[in-house]
Amino acid sequence: MNIALTIDDVRKDTLASASEAGPAPKRIVVAYGFWIFLLSDIVMFAALFAAYAVLVRATAGGPTGVQLFSQSSVAIETACLLASSFTCGLMSLTLNARRRGTTYFFALVTFVLGAAFLALEIREFADMIARGAAPQRSAFLSAFFTLVGCHGLHVGAGLIWLAVMMVQLAIKGIRATVERRLLCFALFWHALDIIWVWLFTVVYLMGVHP
Amino acid sequence: MTDTRFDRAPGDRPILTDMEEGTSYGVLVYTIGLVLAVILTATSFWVANTSLLWEPGIPLGLAVLAIAQMGVHLVFFLHITTGPDNTNNVLALAFGVLIVFLVVAGSLWIMANLNDNMAPPPELMNLHMQH
Amino acid sequence: MNLLGKLDWSAIPFDQPIIMGAAGVVALGIVFVLGSVTLKGYVPYLWREWITSVDHKRIGVMYMVLALLMLLRGFSDAIMMRAQQAVAAGGAQGYLPSEHFDQIFSAHGTIMIFFVAMPLVIGLMNFAVPLQLGIRDVAFPTLNSVSLWLTASGILLTNVSLVIGEFARTGWVAYPPLSELQFSPGVGVDYYLWALQISGIGTLLTGINFVTTILKTRAPGMSLMRMPVFCWTALASNLLIVAAFPVLTATLAMLLLDRYLGFHFFSVDAGGNPMMYVNLFWVWGHPEVYILVLPAFGIYSEVSATFSGKPLFGYRSMVAATMVICVLAYTVWLHHFFTMGAGANVNAFFGVASMIIAVPTGVKIFNWLFTMYGGRVRFALPVLWTIGFMVTFVLGGLTGVLLAVPPVDWQVHNSLFLVAHFHHVIIPGVVFGTFAGYVYWFPKAFGFKLDERWGRRAFWCWFIGFHIAFRPLYVVGLMGMTRRLQHYDVLSWQPWLLVAAAGAVVIFAGVVCQIVQFVVSIRAREELRDVTGDPWNGRTLEWSTASPPPAWNFAVLPRAAERDSYWNRKLRARATEGVSAQTYQYEPIEIPKNSAIGVVNAFFAVMTGFALIWHIWWMAGMGLVGAFVTLLAFAFRHDEEVEISAEQIAQFERRHQAEVAL
Repeated sequence: MNIALTIDDVRKDTLASASEAGPAPKRIVVAYGFWIFLLSDIVMFAALFAAYAVLVRATAGGPTGVQLFSQSSVAIETACLLASSFTCGLMSLTLNARRRGTTYFFALVTFVLGAAFLALEIREFADMIARGAAPQRSAFLSAFFTLVGCHGLHVGAGLIWLAVMMVQLAIKGIRATVERRLLCFALFWHALDIIWVWLFTVVYLMGVHP
Repeated sequence: MTDTRFDRAPGDRPILTDMEEGTSYGVLVYTIGLVLAVILTATSFWVANTSLLWEPGIPLGLAVLAIAQMGVHLVFFLHITTGPDNTNNVLALAFGVLIVFLVVAGSLWIMANLNDNMAPPPELMNLHMQH
Repeated sequence: MNLLGKLDWSAIPFDQPIIMGAAGVVALGIVFVLGSVTLKGYVPYLWREWITSVDHKRIGVMYMVLALLMLLRGFSDAIMMRAQQAVAAGGAQGYLPSEHFDQIFSAHGTIMIFFVAMPLVIGLMNFAVPLQLGIRDVAFPTLNSVSLWLTASGILLTNVSLVIGEFARTGWVAYPPLSELQFSPGVGVDYYLWALQISGIGTLLTGINFVTTILKTRAPGMSLMRMPVFCWTALASNLLIVAAFPVLTATLAMLLLDRYLGFHFFSVDAGGNPMMYVNLFWVWGHPEVYILVLPAFGIYSEVSATFSGKPLFGYRSMVAATMVICVLAYTVWLHHFFTMGAGANVNAFFGVASMIIAVPTGVKIFNWLFTMYGGRVRFALPVLWTIGFMVTFVLGGLTGVLLAVPPVDWQVHNSLFLVAHFHHVIIPGVVFGTFAGYVYWFPKAFGFKLDERWGRRAFWCWFIGFHIAFRPLYVVGLMGMTRRLQHYDVLSWQPWLLVAAAGAVVIFAGVVCQIVQFVVSIRAREELRDVTGDPWNGRTLEWSTASPPPAWNFAVLPRAAERDSYWNRKLRARATEGVSAQTYQYEPIEIPKNSAIGVVNAFFAVMTGFALIWHIWWMAGMGLVGAFVTLLAFAFRHDEEVEISAEQIAQFERRHQAEVAL
């Protein structure tokens, strides 16, 4: 994790300060722009988190988190998403190493793990609704479904994006635009895992402690 | 503020010396991250479901573990470091964290205060919560 | 299963003459404009040069056009309200029934904030920031076009609501429970919500675009502390956009879920909490006003420096004040609902924070004053707007500091005192600022100045009219008049409201003068022509280009190693007696290709929005699929750039040098 002190044996202090070096290379500009987008997305989740935290006790006589949440299901979902983050990292590495075949492989594994996460989550929602714990039942349930559902929607969008990116990789090959977009995808996917960390901590783990 | 010598895209690995170059080093970084994340996750589940921690301290413990996990993701998966080539990225992240804190903490403080002051009297409250 | 959802002929208010009359006039206008444009064969030109353009200068101009058109609509709403309140006293009921009046004040606020002020500010930032930074375009030009057209989509939906259906009657803030389905069963609130969600996405993308542009793509040598102050304020404003708009998106989404799917975020039953909407709305709402006013402050900085012939006083403190305001903007939002029942400690914290935020603003005012002091001030039109701002805004700001004291606010919250206050800061702040901005930068965009005489008349009408229109509102607010009243029984308020209506008429004269100014200037453009590219003897880099600048802005990216780099370059050139005949070896430049993605995506956005409003589910699905396909078309396109040959650049530069030399 050490950063290089020299690039091609050029001394650090002879390089122009990045602030004065003129427009940055496109890869940096695109990735930084996407980074800012991710921050905006995280602020949106913050608003949904705040709403959830305010409404967590507003169960209106209906089911509470303790009654509804299944720790084992959440644990498996967490494992899937974390593993998919790992394989996404491996995908970035193989892309950098210009190994297309392996890139497809890790992308596929990432996709499958992400889809598994989503499938489990959808099943959890369906179960809850079947048991009468629909989002229309109480403010707590509205907030729960929206917060967790919004994350799920992001995961779904990510899966679609990944599939499209693999098509692009096949058609366009390893071009600069494809590399930049996959870098953005990796940022997105890791950020979703970070949001999930907070989700399962605040909603599920703290939820079993009224 | 951006007196950086050179710049790095967020999510990009740092430019490595010849020794460190190579996919195997990268795999090592991600693997360490995964292992740490698994340990922290397991600990979170354990803390939440057993009486390992003093009961009232559990939410705080979980929050600390979540922050640690976030750190693991940022460092090992997103390669966010404190080097001068990453200053812009760290500053943007810090800004985001500040905003999240203001929104969540501010809203909780305000709403709790409002609920306390504006809650209907007990009889009405029971009626209210029941339908 | 009804194919058209809730839509049927009863949606069009045939029985309301005012609406039908307005709609008729607008329809005639649209037919006339579209007809003459088509008949004269301008459509291919418009499509190629404007609609599919990804050039920040063109996009900036289009934002301004949208904003100024919507100013006419928002202002008509204002005149109608003033007229109604001037007559509807005691026995008289006025000419507007409540259902209509409620839609008017809701539309007035929504349009003025989202579809006049935001596009004015974003348009000016679009036009000027890349030129001031010495670069060719923003970081993501195609995304810029998408943003513009999404804003236009929101505008279209809002205007359609006039004729098909209705608009919200909840005020521009749309508090639940009134905005919940139970109490607003019609489509009005849905129009409001979808128009704002769609244009909100556009605005958020703009925020991302400009933060990246300003932080990552400045010209060589231009470190942050050498950037023009307008670019600093643009940075702060766009950081706030990125930090605040997602909260609005989430909040409006929660209200949409309540209305469409029966969720209980803000309902009065099942544990919902309407107060949470108010809290979250204003978490966005307060930063929003700073998003609007900071770039206007930046314009004042540029104008006062340029027309005083001096560098801006206190550059560092100006930058510090801007960034402090940026952060503090996020710590004061509760002052919009002091009376909602929070305890004294919460109210006190936010009250104190609201007072503190006046301090950096005061620093800015002093810096502008000191910039002008000791300079040779030329009283050109932008300077008039600036001085009008300084005098008026300070008073409005003072009433803000009054309102920041919770006990005072408890007396006048939601009275006309409050209405007077926020108009007293937003009009001199944002409106005068953007007016100064468009007069200042118009010659750069179009190659000729605006007529000074009609501009002065417009300024004086606005300035005098503003004070006549809004000062009586303070009085009547202190006398106890609540806002948004369609009718009132306290006859002693009426004289003041009559004066206010007269003020609105004077402002109207100002608007007419502005329209005349445009017409007269376009007619007389050859006399008003500026070929030098630098009509005001400017200090910053945009004045070093031709007017209008070529698509590539700068043939060679300037090296901007100091503040006011263009001014210093001119001084040095003067010192060395004349400009040496520069023979550059021009390199070919690649610029982004035009793209129809913005406008096509917006078409699908309007389709989706309209369909969701009227519950036409199949059409909504179609719209979403269409938008997705458009995105795919963008992702898979082959050539992204067009090359401008070195010869073409050299030709342009030679011609420009020749014109300047004349």
